[in-house]
Amino acid sequence: MKEFLREMLLIRRFEEKVEERFRAGELPGFLHVAIGQEAVAVGVCRALEDGDVIASTHRAHGHTIAKGTHPNEVMAELYGKVEGCSHGYGGSMHLYDVEHGNLGANAVVGGGLPAIVGAALAFKMRKEPRVAVAFFGDGATNIGTFHEALNLAELWKVPAVFVCENNHYAESTPSHQQLPIEDLMKRADAYGMTAMQVDGQDVEAVFKTMQKALKHARDGDGPVFLLAETYRLTGHYVGDPQVYRPKEEVRELRQNQDPITKLREKLELSEEEWNELDAEATRLADESVEFAKSGTDPKPEDAMKNVYA
Amino acid sequence: MPELSYREAVRDAMSEAMRRDEDVFIMGEDIAEMGGSMGVTQGMLEEFGPERIRNSPISEMAIVGAGIGAAVAGMRPIVEIMYQDFTTLAMEQLVNQAAKHRYMSGGQIKVPLTVRTQGGAGWSPGAQHAQQLEGWFVHVPGLKVVFPSTPEDVRGLLWSSIYDDNPVIFFEHRTLYGLKGEVPDEIEPIEIGKARIHREGDDVTVVATGRLVHEAVAAADEAGKDGISVEIYDPRTLQPLDEDALIASVKKTNRLVVAHEAVTRMGWGAEVAALVQEKAFDYLDAPIERVGARFAPLPFAPVMEEYVIPHAEDVLAAIKRTVGKGE
Repeated sequence: MKEFLREMLLIRRFEEKVEERFRAGELPGFLHVAIGQEAVAVGVCRALEDGDVIASTHRAHGHTIAKGTHPNEVMAELYGKVEGCSHGYGGSMHLYDVEHGNLGANAVVGGGLPAIVGAALAFKMRKEPRVAVAFFGDGATNIGTFHEALNLAELWKVPAVFVCENNHYAESTPSHQQLPIEDLMKRADAYGMTAMQVDGQDVEAVFKTMQKALKHARDGDGPVFLLAETYRLTGHYVGDPQVYRPKEEVRELRQNQDPITKLREKLELSEEEWNELDAEATRLADESVEFAKSGTDPKPEDAMKNVYA
Repeated sequence: MPELSYREAVRDAMSEAMRRDEDVFIMGEDIAEMGGSMGVTQGMLEEFGPERIRNSPISEMAIVGAGIGAAVAGMRPIVEIMYQDFTTLAMEQLVNQAAKHRYMSGGQIKVPLTVRTQGGAGWSPGAQHAQQLEGWFVHVPGLKVVFPSTPEDVRGLLWSSIYDDNPVIFFEHRTLYGLKGEVPDEIEPIEIGKARIHREGDDVTVVATGRLVHEAVAAADEAGKDGISVEIYDPRTLQPLDEDALIASVKKTNRLVVAHEAVTRMGWGAEVAALVQEKAFDYLDAPIERVGARFAPLPFAPVMEEYVIPHAEDVLAAIKRTVGKGE
């Protein structure tokens, strides 16, 4: 569990650094951090085996680091450098690392779900014991790709796990304004899909539930819908003034629903142990910025490469 | 040389690829027992079984997306979209996903996906079952677009599309499925991006696609009676386009007609016209003529449909205008 904490803390410090450098005007584009949702990324990815693949979302930094990409390469991508995990072609919302089984983060909500069905289908047809995993949010359960993908996945019994990170907001829109049902488990019910629910702020619970989901999928028993209840402790994007929710709500969430604080308390870490972990995470985040800043800018004409294979 | 119909030629390319290669499989609506709404996959279920001839729900987004994922994972899937009108349902997956994964990943990923679809008017299918939408796809970097007009070309180009490492949108024309033609004994791959000159001529180049290739041949026969020598250039692949052969032909004939069944306005032919005036303006002896559908959805009543879509006489009229014999 200490390793989980180490990784969650790394993601947290990394994303805080991302916010800081964005506000300093160093990062182009726009950015979505997943501060508060680290336990889902780490719990899910730690349960995966080599050969399993993921597709991520616009909120992808945590998933990508948890799936094994070095923070230096993630940060370099955010700076648009050749050393970035997508070599400067993708940016924050298109982090790829095929070597580590990351088939790509998607800037279209729900856009990656059908491809996860297809990757899982390929594993099944080739009789490979691999599982394909899609991350998405509660907002994505309202889009057509979600429904078509879950329907097809269950129909064809492919080894996939659909991880719904329910942070209760679709961008700025709260659940009650975007979901006609309160219980998202019913979404899976509609397709006869095995569903599991977990406290997404408890990394150990996420890890164990994900292990069960993976076993189900890997054993050939079909896909699983894994609903992780989680909380975004910051805005939708870096700089979001969050006019859509009371400041009190964010303050309370930060006090009661921070997965890192929860794990720290569970592990009963001494101040010294905590400081040591924190210093290491901070150092790695700082180093990633140094690495990125000293990276290579692509040549403008490199824009014409990689359009076709 | 054996003779195959256009439909049989499509089936032959897929079947040969599937015999040779376990990674090739098909997903689509009604493609198994029914053999596809156009009968293209007839008999394939019996030979290859339901794992590889995968009958799918009516879920265009999901089957195109599943094709993308399977392709990324190393397969060479073929997805059949029953009518090209229904590709609109999968546009997000085609435009944002299939076309861009390689690029956004900085070259880490390839998407060897073939999306076959068909369409074409002339039999009163109405406004939602016969559009020609190739112009939508040629506008998207990352996609290849193929549109063959003969049995030989459809077989050789489908083979090349299946084995291309990029997403290919492969258009078949509904009214050509019964067309018969000689094909080589063994499948000969045809390079994507190479045009075919169906007929050589000296006075005017007609660039034509799909059904309009055959309309152009009929028009050229008629024009010949008036002493007009027509060269017919069939690009076969719209993206990439064989620009060298196009420009060489125009430099020879000094006149150009572009003919397609899709709506003329903002159509693919406009790009061809622009390209030719950029690269061969000084060689042109007449304004470039465009032939295509009028700017209306496809109507149902046969007389109205005939009015909207282009025919050989429209191509002929355009040819005559370019040589100063127009009415």
